[in-house]
Amino acid sequence: MASTAARRHAPIYTGTRIPSPIPSVLKVDPALREDDDILEVNFGPNHPSTHGVLRLIVELNGERVEGVEAVIGYLHTGFEKNMEQKTWWKAITYPERIDYLSFQINELAFVLAIEKLLEVEPPAKATWMRTLLCELSRIHSHLIWLGTGALELGAISLLWYCFRERDAVLDLFELVTGVRMHTRYFQAGGLAEDIPPGFFTECRKFADMFPGRVDEYEALLDRQAIWLERTKGIGLLSAEDAIALGQSGPVLRASGVDWDLRKVEPYLAYDQVDFDVPVYFNGDVYDRYKVRMDEMRESTRIVQQCLDGMPEGPWIVDDRKIVLPPRHELHTSMESLIHHFKLVTEGYRVPVGEVYVAIESARGELGCYVVSDGGPKPWRVKFRAPSFVALEATATTVAGSLVADLIAILGSLDTVMGDCDR
Amino acid sequence: MSPQPFDSIKGFAVTFRQIFKKPITQQYPEYKRPVYPRFRGRHRLWRHENGLEKCVGCSLCAAACPADCIRVVADENTADNRVSPGERYARIYEINLSRCIFCGYCELACPFDAITLEAEYELSEYSRDDLIYTKDMLLAPPVKRVPVADRELYDTPQPVWKLES
Repeated sequence: MASTAARRHAPIYTGTRIPSPIPSVLKVDPALREDDDILEVNFGPNHPSTHGVLRLIVELNGERVEGVEAVIGYLHTGFEKNMEQKTWWKAITYPERIDYLSFQINELAFVLAIEKLLEVEPPAKATWMRTLLCELSRIHSHLIWLGTGALELGAISLLWYCFRERDAVLDLFELVTGVRMHTRYFQAGGLAEDIPPGFFTECRKFADMFPGRVDEYEALLDRQAIWLERTKGIGLLSAEDAIALGQSGPVLRASGVDWDLRKVEPYLAYDQVDFDVPVYFNGDVYDRYKVRMDEMRESTRIVQQCLDGMPEGPWIVDDRKIVLPPRHELHTSMESLIHHFKLVTEGYRVPVGEVYVAIESARGELGCYVVSDGGPKPWRVKFRAPSFVALEATATTVAGSLVADLIAILGSLDTVMGDCDR
Repeated sequence: MSPQPFDSIKGFAVTFRQIFKKPITQQYPEYKRPVYPRFRGRHRLWRHENGLEKCVGCSLCAAACPADCIRVVADENTADNRVSPGERYARIYEINLSRCIFCGYCELACPFDAITLEAEYELSEYSRDDLIYTKDMLLAPPVKRVPVADRELYDTPQPVWKLES
Protein backbone atom coordinates (compact mmCIF):
# COMPACT_ATOMS: atom_id res chain seq x y z
CA MET A 1 0.00 0.00 0.00
CA ALA A 2 1.58 3.25 -1.07
CA SER A 3 1.17 5.66 1.78
CA THR A 4 0.86 9.41 1.40
CA ALA A 5 4.50 9.69 2.43
CA ALA A 6 5.56 7.53 -0.49
CA ARG A 7 3.45 9.63 -2.79
CA ARG A 8 5.16 12.78 -1.72
CA HIS A 9 8.54 11.39 -2.72
CA ALA A 10 7.41 10.28 -6.13
CA PRO A 11 9.32 12.36 -8.66
CA ILE A 12 7.46 14.56 -11.09
CA TYR A 13 9.14 14.31 -14.46
CA THR A 14 10.99 17.45 -15.51
CA GLY A 15 13.10 16.15 -18.38
CA THR A 16 12.86 17.02 -22.05
CA ARG A 17 12.44 13.66 -23.84
CA ILE A 18 9.20 14.69 -25.50
CA PRO A 19 8.42 14.00 -28.32
CA SER A 20 9.39 10.43 -27.99
CA PRO A 21 12.50 9.05 -29.66
CA ILE A 22 11.42 5.62 -28.44
CA PRO A 23 10.05 3.47 -31.24
CA SER A 24 6.74 1.77 -30.74
CA VAL A 25 7.83 -1.02 -33.06
CA LEU A 26 10.65 -3.34 -32.07
CA LYS A 27 12.89 -4.13 -35.04
CA VAL A 28 15.16 -7.13 -35.23
CA ASP A 29 18.84 -6.35 -35.35
CA PRO A 30 19.92 -7.08 -38.98
CA ALA A 31 23.18 -8.62 -37.78
CA LEU A 32 21.20 -11.05 -35.67
CA ARG A 33 19.07 -12.01 -38.61
CA GLU A 34 22.16 -13.18 -40.50
CA ASP A 35 23.60 -15.30 -37.71
CA ASP A 36 20.56 -16.81 -36.07
CA ASP A 37 17.33 -18.40 -37.03
CA ILE A 38 14.67 -15.75 -36.56
CA LEU A 39 11.22 -17.25 -36.44
CA GLU A 40 8.29 -15.03 -37.29
CA VAL A 41 5.14 -15.90 -35.40
CA ASN A 42 1.67 -14.44 -35.60
CA PHE A 43 0.30 -13.82 -32.13
CA GLY A 44 -3.41 -13.31 -32.53
CA PRO A 45 -5.72 -11.84 -33.77
CA ASN A 46 -7.79 -14.68 -32.38
CA HIS A 47 -5.56 -15.59 -29.48
CA PRO A 48 -7.55 -15.59 -26.26
CA SER A 49 -4.93 -13.71 -24.28
CA THR A 50 -4.73 -10.70 -26.57
CA HIS A 51 -7.70 -9.06 -24.84
CA GLY A 52 -9.73 -8.77 -27.96
CA VAL A 53 -8.41 -8.94 -31.46
CA LEU A 54 -4.88 -7.67 -31.29
CA ARG A 55 -2.45 -9.15 -33.76
CA LEU A 56 1.23 -9.10 -32.89
CA ILE A 57 3.87 -10.12 -35.38
CA VAL A 58 6.51 -11.50 -33.07
CA GLU A 59 10.00 -12.36 -34.25
CA LEU A 60 11.66 -14.92 -32.06
CA ASN A 61 15.24 -15.91 -31.57
CA GLY A 62 14.70 -19.17 -29.74
CA GLU A 63 12.59 -18.16 -26.76
CA ARG A 64 13.63 -14.52 -26.87
CA VAL A 65 11.45 -11.87 -28.43
CA GLU A 66 13.58 -9.82 -30.81
CA GLY A 67 10.94 -8.00 -32.79
CA VAL A 68 7.35 -6.97 -32.14
CA GLU A 69 4.95 -5.20 -34.39
CA ALA A 70 1.34 -4.64 -33.47
CA VAL A 71 -1.35 -4.74 -36.14
CA ILE A 72 -4.52 -3.11 -34.98
CA GLY A 73 -7.83 -2.20 -36.52
CA TYR A 74 -9.66 -5.51 -36.40
CA LEU A 75 -12.30 -4.03 -34.13
CA HIS A 76 -12.65 -0.72 -35.92
CA THR A 77 -16.33 0.18 -35.87
CA GLY A 78 -16.25 3.86 -36.74
CA PHE A 79 -17.80 5.04 -33.49
CA GLU A 80 -16.49 8.56 -33.84
CA LYS A 81 -17.84 8.94 -37.37
CA ASN A 82 -21.15 7.38 -36.37
CA MET A 83 -21.55 9.88 -33.57
CA GLU A 84 -21.32 12.70 -36.08
CA GLN A 85 -24.46 11.35 -37.75
CA LYS A 86 -26.50 11.30 -34.52
CA THR A 87 -27.95 14.09 -32.47
CA TRP A 88 -26.12 14.90 -29.24
CA TRP A 89 -28.76 13.08 -27.26
CA LYS A 90 -28.39 9.86 -29.22
CA ALA A 91 -24.61 10.10 -29.45
CA ILE A 92 -24.41 9.58 -25.68
CA THR A 93 -25.13 5.89 -26.26
CA TYR A 94 -21.97 5.47 -28.34
CA PRO A 95 -18.92 6.28 -26.17
CA GLU A 96 -19.77 3.63 -23.58
CA ARG A 97 -19.41 1.01 -26.27
CA ILE A 98 -15.92 2.19 -27.17
CA ASP A 99 -14.27 0.99 -23.97
CA TYR A 100 -16.76 -1.61 -22.91
CA LEU A 101 -15.05 -2.40 -19.62
CA SER A 102 -15.08 1.08 -18.11
CA PHE A 103 -18.25 2.10 -19.92
CA GLN A 104 -19.47 4.65 -17.40
CA ILE A 105 -16.24 6.62 -17.48
CA ASN A 106 -16.30 6.85 -21.26
CA GLU A 107 -19.86 8.08 -21.18
CA LEU A 108 -18.86 10.66 -18.61
CA ALA A 109 -16.12 12.08 -20.85
CA PHE A 110 -18.57 12.80 -23.64
CA VAL A 111 -21.28 14.13 -21.35
CA LEU A 112 -18.80 16.43 -19.62
CA ALA A 113 -17.73 17.71 -23.04
CA ILE A 114 -21.33 18.50 -23.98
CA GLU A 115 -21.90 20.22 -20.67
CA LYS A 116 -18.77 22.28 -21.09
CA LEU A 117 -20.00 23.48 -24.47
CA LEU A 118 -23.51 24.13 -23.19
CA GLU A 119 -22.11 25.78 -20.04
CA VAL A 120 -24.49 23.78 -17.89
CA GLU A 121 -23.71 22.94 -14.29
CA PRO A 122 -25.29 19.63 -13.20
CA PRO A 123 -26.84 19.53 -9.72
CA ALA A 124 -24.76 18.28 -6.81
CA LYS A 125 -26.62 14.99 -6.55
CA ALA A 126 -25.81 14.16 -10.17
CA THR A 127 -22.16 15.04 -9.66
CA TRP A 128 -21.82 12.78 -6.63
CA MET A 129 -23.70 9.93 -8.24
CA ARG A 130 -21.50 10.22 -11.31
CA THR A 131 -18.43 9.98 -9.10
CA LEU A 132 -19.84 6.88 -7.44
CA LEU A 133 -20.74 5.10 -10.64
CA CYS A 134 -17.40 5.96 -12.25
CA GLU A 135 -15.59 4.38 -9.33
CA LEU A 136 -17.77 1.28 -9.57
CA SER A 137 -16.91 1.19 -13.24
CA ARG A 138 -13.22 1.42 -12.41
CA ILE A 139 -13.58 -1.49 -10.00
CA HIS A 140 -15.38 -3.43 -12.72
CA SER A 141 -12.61 -2.80 -15.23
CA HIS A 142 -9.83 -3.70 -12.79
CA LEU A 143 -11.66 -6.89 -11.77
CA ILE A 144 -11.82 -8.08 -15.35
CA TRP A 145 -8.19 -7.15 -15.83
CA LEU A 146 -7.18 -9.10 -12.73
CA GLY A 147 -9.31 -12.11 -13.58
CA THR A 148 -8.16 -12.45 -17.16
CA GLY A 149 -4.60 -11.36 -16.44
CA ALA A 150 -4.19 -13.99 -13.76
CA LEU A 151 -5.93 -16.57 -15.92
CA GLU A 152 -3.36 -16.03 -18.65
CA LEU A 153 -0.60 -16.74 -16.16
CA GLY A 154 -2.27 -19.92 -15.00
CA ALA A 155 -4.20 -18.80 -11.92
CA ILE A 156 -7.61 -19.90 -13.10
CA SER A 157 -9.41 -19.61 -9.75
CA LEU A 158 -8.83 -15.85 -9.72
CA LEU A 159 -11.16 -15.57 -12.69
CA TRP A 160 -14.06 -17.03 -10.72
CA TYR A 161 -13.34 -14.89 -7.67
CA CYS A 162 -13.15 -11.73 -9.77
CA PHE A 163 -16.23 -12.45 -11.82
CA ARG A 164 -18.22 -13.10 -8.66
CA GLU A 165 -17.54 -9.53 -7.52
CA ARG A 166 -17.93 -8.18 -11.03
CA ASP A 167 -21.41 -9.61 -11.06
CA ALA A 168 -22.17 -7.79 -7.84
CA VAL A 169 -21.04 -4.52 -9.46
CA LEU A 170 -23.16 -5.19 -12.53
CA ASP A 171 -26.17 -5.93 -10.31
CA LEU A 172 -25.77 -2.46 -8.84
CA PHE A 173 -25.71 -0.99 -12.33
CA GLU A 174 -28.83 -2.92 -13.22
CA LEU A 175 -30.55 -1.66 -10.11
CA VAL A 176 -29.84 2.01 -10.80
CA THR A 177 -29.77 2.28 -14.55
CA GLY A 178 -31.80 -0.63 -15.88
CA VAL A 179 -29.07 -2.46 -17.78
CA ARG A 180 -25.91 -4.13 -16.68
CA MET A 181 -23.56 -2.40 -19.12
CA HIS A 182 -23.89 0.51 -21.55
CA THR A 183 -26.28 2.39 -19.38
CA ARG A 184 -26.78 5.85 -20.99
CA TYR A 185 -27.52 6.91 -17.40
CA PHE A 186 -25.55 10.16 -17.62
CA GLN A 187 -27.37 12.73 -19.67
CA ALA A 188 -26.35 16.27 -20.47
CA GLY A 189 -27.39 18.22 -17.38
CA GLY A 190 -27.46 15.39 -14.86
CA LEU A 191 -28.78 11.87 -14.58
CA ALA A 192 -31.49 10.20 -16.61
CA GLU A 193 -33.42 9.05 -13.56
CA ASP A 194 -33.49 9.53 -9.83
CA ILE A 195 -31.50 7.14 -7.66
CA PRO A 196 -33.79 4.37 -6.39
CA PRO A 197 -33.90 4.17 -2.58
CA GLY A 198 -32.84 0.53 -2.48
CA PHE A 199 -29.53 1.39 -4.11
CA PHE A 200 -27.95 2.80 -0.99
CA THR A 201 -28.37 -0.33 1.10
CA GLU A 202 -27.27 -2.61 -1.73
CA CYS A 203 -24.25 -0.49 -2.58
CA ARG A 204 -23.21 -0.18 1.05
CA LYS A 205 -23.39 -3.94 1.33
CA PHE A 206 -21.02 -4.19 -1.62
CA ALA A 207 -18.67 -1.50 -0.36
CA ASP A 208 -18.38 -3.20 3.03
CA MET A 209 -17.77 -6.59 1.49
CA PHE A 210 -15.36 -5.64 -1.26
CA PRO A 211 -12.12 -4.66 0.58
CA GLY A 212 -12.12 -8.09 2.21
CA ARG A 213 -12.38 -9.67 -1.19
CA VAL A 214 -9.41 -7.66 -2.45
CA ASP A 215 -7.47 -9.04 0.53
CA GLU A 216 -8.44 -12.50 -0.63
CA TYR A 217 -7.08 -11.87 -4.11
CA GLU A 218 -3.86 -10.56 -2.62
CA ALA A 219 -3.60 -13.56 -0.32
CA LEU A 220 -3.88 -15.77 -3.36
CA LEU A 221 -1.32 -13.92 -5.45
CA ASP A 222 0.95 -11.65 -3.43
CA ARG A 223 3.31 -14.27 -2.05
CA GLN A 224 2.57 -16.97 -4.55
CA ALA A 225 5.85 -18.33 -5.88
CA ILE A 226 4.67 -18.84 -9.45
CA TRP A 227 2.98 -15.46 -9.61
CA LEU A 228 6.11 -13.71 -8.33
CA GLU A 229 8.34 -15.55 -10.79
CA ARG A 230 6.08 -14.55 -13.65
CA THR A 231 5.66 -10.90 -12.71
CA LYS A 232 8.63 -9.56 -10.71
CA GLY A 233 11.13 -7.78 -12.87
CA ILE A 234 9.22 -8.55 -16.07
CA GLY A 235 8.30 -5.89 -18.60
CA LEU A 236 10.33 -3.08 -17.13
CA LEU A 237 9.37 0.45 -18.06
CA SER A 238 11.28 3.36 -16.58
CA ALA A 239 9.54 6.54 -15.54
CA GLU A 240 11.31 8.49 -18.25
CA ASP A 241 10.33 6.04 -20.98
CA ALA A 242 6.77 5.88 -19.70
CA ILE A 243 6.40 9.64 -19.95
CA ALA A 244 8.12 9.81 -23.33
CA LEU A 245 5.69 7.18 -24.59
CA GLY A 246 2.73 9.16 -23.29
CA GLN A 247 1.64 6.56 -20.79
CA SER A 248 -0.88 7.41 -18.13
CA GLY A 249 -2.92 5.67 -15.50
CA PRO A 250 -1.74 2.54 -13.68
CA VAL A 251 1.10 1.90 -16.14
CA LEU A 252 2.61 5.30 -15.42
CA ARG A 253 2.00 5.11 -11.69
CA ALA A 254 3.67 1.71 -11.51
CA SER A 255 6.76 3.36 -12.97
CA GLY A 256 6.90 5.77 -10.07
CA VAL A 257 5.26 8.88 -11.47
CA ASP A 258 2.57 10.40 -9.32
CA TRP A 259 0.09 11.52 -11.94
CA ASP A 260 -3.63 11.08 -11.57
CA LEU A 261 -6.05 13.44 -13.24
CA ARG A 262 -8.47 12.98 -10.38
CA LYS A 263 -5.87 14.66 -8.14
CA VAL A 264 -4.12 17.10 -10.43
CA GLU A 265 -7.14 18.35 -12.36
CA PRO A 266 -10.09 17.40 -10.19
CA TYR A 267 -13.41 17.00 -11.93
CA LEU A 268 -16.77 15.84 -10.54
CA ALA A 269 -16.56 15.55 -6.76
CA TYR A 270 -13.00 14.23 -6.60
CA ASP A 271 -11.76 17.35 -4.83
CA GLN A 272 -14.26 16.74 -2.05
CA VAL A 273 -13.52 13.10 -1.35
CA ASP A 274 -10.45 11.77 0.37
CA PHE A 275 -8.37 9.19 -1.44
CA ASP A 276 -4.75 8.31 -2.10
CA VAL A 277 -3.09 7.71 -5.42
CA PRO A 278 -1.08 4.48 -5.21
CA VAL A 279 2.39 4.82 -6.70
CA TYR A 280 4.96 2.07 -7.08
CA PHE A 281 8.47 2.45 -8.34
CA ASN A 282 9.75 -0.67 -10.09
CA GLY A 283 7.75 -0.39 -13.30
CA ASP A 284 7.36 -4.13 -13.74
CA VAL A 285 4.28 -6.30 -14.16
CA TYR A 286 4.07 -6.90 -10.43
CA ASP A 287 3.93 -3.21 -9.63
CA ARG A 288 1.22 -2.61 -12.20
CA TYR A 289 -0.73 -5.35 -10.49
CA LYS A 290 -0.16 -3.75 -7.09
CA VAL A 291 -1.23 -0.33 -8.35
CA ARG A 292 -4.51 -1.72 -9.61
CA MET A 293 -5.15 -3.66 -6.41
CA ASP A 294 -4.64 -0.52 -4.34
CA GLU A 295 -6.77 1.48 -6.75
CA MET A 296 -9.65 -0.92 -6.18
CA ARG A 297 -9.39 -0.28 -2.44
CA GLU A 298 -9.22 3.46 -2.97
CA SER A 299 -12.22 3.31 -5.28
CA THR A 300 -14.18 1.51 -2.60
CA ARG A 301 -13.23 4.28 -0.19
CA ILE A 302 -14.54 6.87 -2.65
CA VAL A 303 -17.74 4.86 -3.11
CA GLN A 304 -18.28 4.81 0.63
CA GLN A 305 -17.71 8.55 0.93
CA CYS A 306 -20.10 9.17 -1.96
CA LEU A 307 -22.77 7.08 -0.24
CA ASP A 308 -22.30 9.05 2.97
CA GLY A 309 -22.14 12.43 1.32
CA MET A 310 -24.79 12.01 -1.36
CA PRO A 311 -26.68 15.32 -1.36
CA GLU A 312 -30.44 15.59 -1.68
CA GLY A 313 -32.14 17.51 -4.41
CA PRO A 314 -32.87 17.28 -8.12
CA TRP A 315 -30.91 14.85 -10.26
CA ILE A 316 -31.07 16.86 -13.47
CA VAL A 317 -31.12 20.57 -14.31
CA ASP A 318 -34.45 22.18 -14.99
CA ASP A 319 -33.68 23.50 -18.45
CA ARG A 320 -36.35 22.80 -21.04
CA LYS A 321 -33.97 23.53 -23.89
CA ILE A 322 -31.79 20.49 -23.20
CA VAL A 323 -33.66 18.23 -20.78
CA LEU A 324 -36.89 16.37 -21.52
CA PRO A 325 -39.75 17.97 -19.57
CA PRO A 326 -41.22 16.05 -16.62
CA ARG A 327 -43.62 13.40 -17.84
CA HIS A 328 -46.65 14.56 -15.92
CA GLU A 329 -46.58 17.87 -17.77
CA LEU A 330 -47.07 16.24 -21.15
CA HIS A 331 -50.81 15.90 -20.67
CA THR A 332 -51.33 19.26 -19.07
CA SER A 333 -48.97 21.71 -20.74
CA MET A 334 -48.90 22.30 -24.49
CA GLU A 335 -45.55 24.05 -24.15
CA SER A 336 -43.99 21.01 -22.54
CA LEU A 337 -45.34 18.76 -25.24
CA ILE A 338 -43.81 20.98 -27.92
CA HIS A 339 -40.49 20.96 -26.08
CA HIS A 340 -40.71 17.19 -25.83
CA PHE A 341 -41.32 16.76 -29.55
CA LYS A 342 -38.59 19.23 -30.43
CA LEU A 343 -36.04 17.57 -28.17
CA VAL A 344 -36.78 14.06 -29.35
CA THR A 345 -36.97 14.71 -33.06
CA GLU A 346 -34.42 17.46 -33.52
CA GLY A 347 -32.38 17.35 -30.34
CA TYR A 348 -30.86 20.31 -28.57
CA ARG A 349 -28.42 22.62 -30.26
CA VAL A 350 -24.99 23.09 -28.79
CA PRO A 351 -23.17 26.42 -29.18
CA VAL A 352 -20.28 26.69 -31.63
CA GLY A 353 -16.97 25.75 -30.10
CA GLU A 354 -14.45 23.04 -29.49
CA VAL A 355 -13.60 21.43 -26.22
CA TYR A 356 -11.20 18.84 -24.88
CA VAL A 357 -12.12 17.01 -21.69
CA ALA A 358 -9.57 14.72 -20.08
CA ILE A 359 -10.58 12.39 -17.28
CA GLU A 360 -8.91 9.48 -15.53
CA SER A 361 -10.28 6.28 -16.97
CA ALA A 362 -9.44 2.88 -15.52
CA ARG A 363 -6.68 2.69 -18.12
CA GLY A 364 -5.31 6.22 -17.97
CA GLU A 365 -6.08 9.57 -19.46
CA LEU A 366 -9.23 9.41 -21.50
CA GLY A 367 -9.64 12.48 -23.63
CA CYS A 368 -12.73 13.53 -25.50
CA TYR A 369 -12.35 16.22 -28.13
CA VAL A 370 -15.58 17.59 -29.49
CA VAL A 371 -16.20 20.26 -32.09
CA SER A 372 -19.64 21.76 -32.48
CA ASP A 373 -20.78 23.88 -35.39
CA GLY A 374 -23.88 25.00 -33.55
CA GLY A 375 -26.07 22.32 -35.03
CA PRO A 376 -28.00 19.47 -33.44
CA LYS A 377 -25.21 16.98 -34.19
CA PRO A 378 -21.55 17.00 -33.19
CA TRP A 379 -19.34 18.16 -36.03
CA ARG A 380 -16.37 16.11 -34.90
CA VAL A 381 -15.79 13.72 -32.02
CA LYS A 382 -12.39 12.29 -31.20
CA PHE A 383 -11.39 10.13 -28.30
CA ARG A 384 -7.90 9.91 -26.94
CA ALA A 385 -7.98 6.25 -26.10
CA PRO A 386 -5.69 5.17 -23.25
CA SER A 387 -5.51 1.61 -24.62
CA PHE A 388 -4.03 2.81 -27.88
CA VAL A 389 -1.32 4.69 -26.03
CA ALA A 390 -0.65 1.77 -23.71
CA LEU A 391 -0.11 -0.45 -26.72
CA GLU A 392 2.67 1.85 -27.89
CA ALA A 393 4.68 0.80 -24.87
CA THR A 394 4.64 -2.84 -25.98
CA ALA A 395 7.91 -2.64 -27.89
CA THR A 396 9.83 -1.03 -25.03
CA THR A 397 8.48 -3.33 -22.34
CA VAL A 398 8.76 -6.53 -24.35
CA ALA A 399 12.31 -5.98 -25.68
CA GLY A 400 14.50 -8.97 -24.90
CA SER A 401 11.95 -10.84 -22.82
CA LEU A 402 10.84 -14.43 -23.18
CA VAL A 403 7.86 -15.21 -25.34
CA ALA A 404 5.93 -16.52 -22.34
CA ASP A 405 6.39 -13.18 -20.61
CA LEU A 406 4.95 -11.41 -23.61
CA ILE A 407 1.52 -12.48 -22.44
CA ALA A 408 2.13 -11.27 -18.91
CA ILE A 409 3.37 -7.91 -20.19
CA LEU A 410 0.52 -7.42 -22.64
CA GLY A 411 -1.94 -8.24 -19.90
CA SER A 412 -0.33 -5.79 -17.51
CA LEU A 413 -0.68 -2.93 -20.01
CA ASP A 414 -4.44 -3.59 -19.90
CA THR A 415 -5.47 -2.71 -23.41
CA VAL A 416 -9.04 -3.04 -24.53
CA MET A 417 -9.10 -3.46 -28.26
CA GLY A 418 -12.49 -1.83 -28.64
CA ASP A 419 -10.99 1.25 -27.09
CA CYS A 420 -7.85 0.98 -29.18
CA ASP A 421 -9.48 0.56 -32.60
CA ARG A 422 -12.73 2.46 -31.98
CA MET B 1 13.80 -13.51 -4.97
CA SER B 2 12.36 -16.94 -4.68
CA PRO B 3 9.88 -16.90 -1.80
CA GLN B 4 9.63 -19.54 0.85
CA PRO B 5 7.02 -22.23 0.19
CA PHE B 6 5.05 -21.46 3.36
CA ASP B 7 4.32 -17.96 2.06
CA SER B 8 1.71 -19.53 -0.17
CA ILE B 9 -0.16 -20.92 2.83
CA LYS B 10 -2.28 -17.78 3.17
CA GLY B 11 -3.46 -18.34 -0.36
CA PHE B 12 -4.23 -21.96 0.26
CA ALA B 13 -6.27 -20.92 3.30
CA VAL B 14 -8.46 -18.76 1.06
CA THR B 15 -9.02 -21.68 -1.25
CA PHE B 16 -9.65 -24.05 1.64
CA ARG B 17 -12.27 -21.77 3.18
CA GLN B 18 -14.31 -22.02 -0.01
CA ILE B 19 -15.13 -25.63 0.82
CA PHE B 20 -17.46 -24.52 3.59
CA LYS B 21 -19.19 -21.83 1.53
CA LYS B 22 -22.29 -22.35 -0.52
CA PRO B 23 -21.67 -22.11 -4.27
CA ILE B 24 -22.88 -18.89 -5.85
CA THR B 25 -23.82 -20.63 -9.08
CA GLN B 26 -27.42 -20.14 -10.15
CA GLN B 27 -28.95 -23.03 -12.05
CA TYR B 28 -30.11 -20.72 -14.79
CA PRO B 29 -32.77 -22.31 -16.97
CA GLU B 30 -34.50 -23.79 -13.92
CA TYR B 31 -33.92 -20.81 -11.67
CA LYS B 32 -34.39 -17.30 -13.02
CA ARG B 33 -32.92 -14.52 -10.97
CA PRO B 34 -35.48 -11.73 -10.56
CA VAL B 35 -34.48 -8.69 -12.57
CA TYR B 36 -34.66 -5.25 -11.02
CA PRO B 37 -37.78 -3.23 -11.85
CA ARG B 38 -35.82 -0.80 -14.03
CA PHE B 39 -34.50 -3.61 -16.18
CA ARG B 40 -34.78 -2.91 -19.88
CA GLY B 41 -35.57 -6.05 -21.80
CA ARG B 42 -37.92 -6.79 -24.67
CA HIS B 43 -40.35 -4.10 -25.72
CA ARG B 44 -44.05 -4.28 -25.12
CA LEU B 45 -46.84 -2.27 -26.72
CA TRP B 46 -49.80 -1.51 -24.49
CA ARG B 47 -53.54 -1.21 -24.93
CA HIS B 48 -56.03 0.96 -23.09
CA GLU B 49 -58.50 -0.80 -20.82
CA ASN B 50 -61.16 -0.60 -23.53
CA GLY B 51 -58.96 -2.57 -25.92
CA LEU B 52 -57.79 0.32 -28.08
CA GLU B 53 -54.07 0.62 -28.68
CA LYS B 54 -52.22 3.36 -26.87
CA CYS B 55 -49.90 3.93 -29.83
CA VAL B 56 -51.07 6.69 -32.15
CA GLY B 57 -48.33 6.25 -34.74
CA CYS B 58 -46.49 9.51 -34.09
CA SER B 59 -43.07 7.90 -34.82
CA LEU B 60 -41.36 9.69 -31.96
CA CYS B 61 -39.87 6.38 -30.85
CA ALA B 62 -38.43 5.83 -34.31
CA ALA B 63 -37.00 9.35 -34.24
CA ALA B 64 -35.42 8.79 -30.86
CA CYS B 65 -33.87 5.42 -31.65
CA PRO B 66 -30.06 5.67 -31.93
CA ALA B 67 -29.92 2.30 -33.72
CA ASP B 68 -32.75 3.05 -36.16
CA CYS B 69 -34.40 -0.26 -35.40
CA ILE B 70 -38.04 0.89 -35.16
CA ARG B 71 -40.27 1.19 -38.22
CA VAL B 72 -43.65 2.83 -37.91
CA VAL B 73 -46.13 3.33 -40.73
CA ALA B 74 -49.16 5.27 -39.59
CA ASP B 75 -52.67 5.21 -41.02
CA GLU B 76 -55.92 7.11 -40.40
CA ASN B 77 -58.50 5.74 -38.04
CA THR B 78 -61.93 5.39 -39.64
CA ALA B 79 -65.33 4.98 -38.04
CA ASP B 80 -65.58 1.27 -38.88
CA ASN B 81 -61.90 0.55 -38.17
CA ARG B 82 -60.96 2.25 -34.95
CA VAL B 83 -57.64 0.99 -33.57
CA SER B 84 -56.46 3.80 -31.33
CA PRO B 85 -58.25 6.67 -29.58
CA GLY B 86 -56.40 9.31 -31.59
CA GLU B 87 -56.73 10.33 -35.20
CA ARG B 88 -54.10 7.93 -36.43
CA TYR B 89 -52.78 4.53 -35.51
CA ALA B 90 -49.70 2.49 -36.34
CA ARG B 91 -50.58 0.23 -39.26
CA ILE B 92 -47.10 -1.30 -39.21
CA TYR B 93 -45.01 -1.31 -36.07
CA GLU B 94 -41.81 -3.31 -36.24
CA ILE B 95 -38.80 -3.48 -34.00
CA ASN B 96 -35.69 -5.18 -35.23
CA LEU B 97 -34.37 -6.61 -31.99
CA SER B 98 -31.11 -7.69 -33.57
CA ARG B 99 -30.29 -4.01 -33.97
CA CYS B 100 -31.83 -2.76 -30.75
CA ILE B 101 -29.34 -1.63 -28.10
CA PHE B 102 -31.92 -1.48 -25.29
CA CYS B 103 -31.14 2.12 -24.43
CA GLY B 104 -34.77 2.82 -23.59
CA TYR B 105 -34.96 6.12 -25.47
CA CYS B 106 -38.19 4.94 -27.11
CA GLU B 107 -40.02 4.70 -23.82
CA LEU B 108 -38.68 8.10 -22.80
CA ALA B 109 -39.79 9.55 -26.12
CA CYS B 110 -43.31 8.07 -26.20
CA PRO B 111 -45.77 10.71 -25.00
CA PHE B 112 -48.50 8.11 -24.32
CA ASP B 113 -46.70 5.31 -22.41
CA ALA B 114 -47.55 3.11 -25.39
CA ILE B 115 -44.16 1.38 -25.52
CA THR B 116 -42.16 0.20 -22.54
CA LEU B 117 -39.20 -2.06 -22.06
CA GLU B 118 -40.20 -5.05 -20.01
CA ALA B 119 -38.36 -7.72 -18.07
CA GLU B 120 -38.06 -10.41 -20.74
CA TYR B 121 -34.49 -11.06 -21.79
CA GLU B 122 -34.48 -14.50 -23.38
CA LEU B 123 -34.45 -13.36 -26.95
CA SER B 124 -32.44 -15.92 -28.87
CA GLU B 125 -33.86 -17.22 -32.12
CA TYR B 126 -32.64 -19.55 -34.81
CA SER B 127 -32.97 -17.01 -37.58
CA ARG B 128 -32.44 -13.28 -37.80
CA ASP B 129 -35.84 -12.80 -39.40
CA ASP B 130 -37.49 -14.07 -36.24
CA LEU B 131 -35.96 -11.19 -34.33
CA ILE B 132 -38.03 -8.64 -36.23
CA TYR B 133 -40.95 -8.25 -33.86
CA THR B 134 -44.19 -7.18 -35.45
CA LYS B 135 -47.01 -5.27 -33.82
CA ASP B 136 -48.98 -8.38 -32.87
CA MET B 137 -45.98 -9.92 -31.15
CA LEU B 138 -45.28 -6.73 -29.24
CA LEU B 139 -48.91 -6.31 -28.16
CA ALA B 140 -49.25 -9.85 -26.86
CA PRO B 141 -48.24 -10.58 -23.26
CA PRO B 142 -44.82 -12.24 -23.08
CA VAL B 143 -44.74 -16.02 -23.21
CA LYS B 144 -41.70 -16.46 -21.02
CA ARG B 145 -42.36 -14.88 -17.66
CA VAL B 146 -39.42 -13.36 -15.85
CA PRO B 147 -39.70 -12.55 -12.15
CA VAL B 148 -39.19 -8.91 -11.23
CA ALA B 149 -37.85 -7.73 -7.89
CA ASP B 150 -40.05 -5.68 -5.61
CA ARG B 151 -40.74 -2.35 -7.29
CA GLU B 152 -41.40 -0.60 -3.99
CA LEU B 153 -37.96 -1.52 -2.76
CA TYR B 154 -35.85 -0.95 -5.82
CA ASP B 155 -37.45 1.80 -7.86
CA THR B 156 -38.53 5.35 -7.40
CA PRO B 157 -42.29 5.67 -6.79
CA GLN B 158 -42.90 6.96 -10.29
CA PRO B 159 -40.81 5.44 -13.10
CA VAL B 160 -39.43 8.18 -15.28
CA TRP B 161 -41.20 6.99 -18.42
CA LYS B 162 -44.64 6.74 -16.78
CA LEU B 163 -47.29 9.45 -16.99
CA GLU B 164 -49.13 10.31 -13.81
CA SER B 165 -52.47 11.16 -15.35
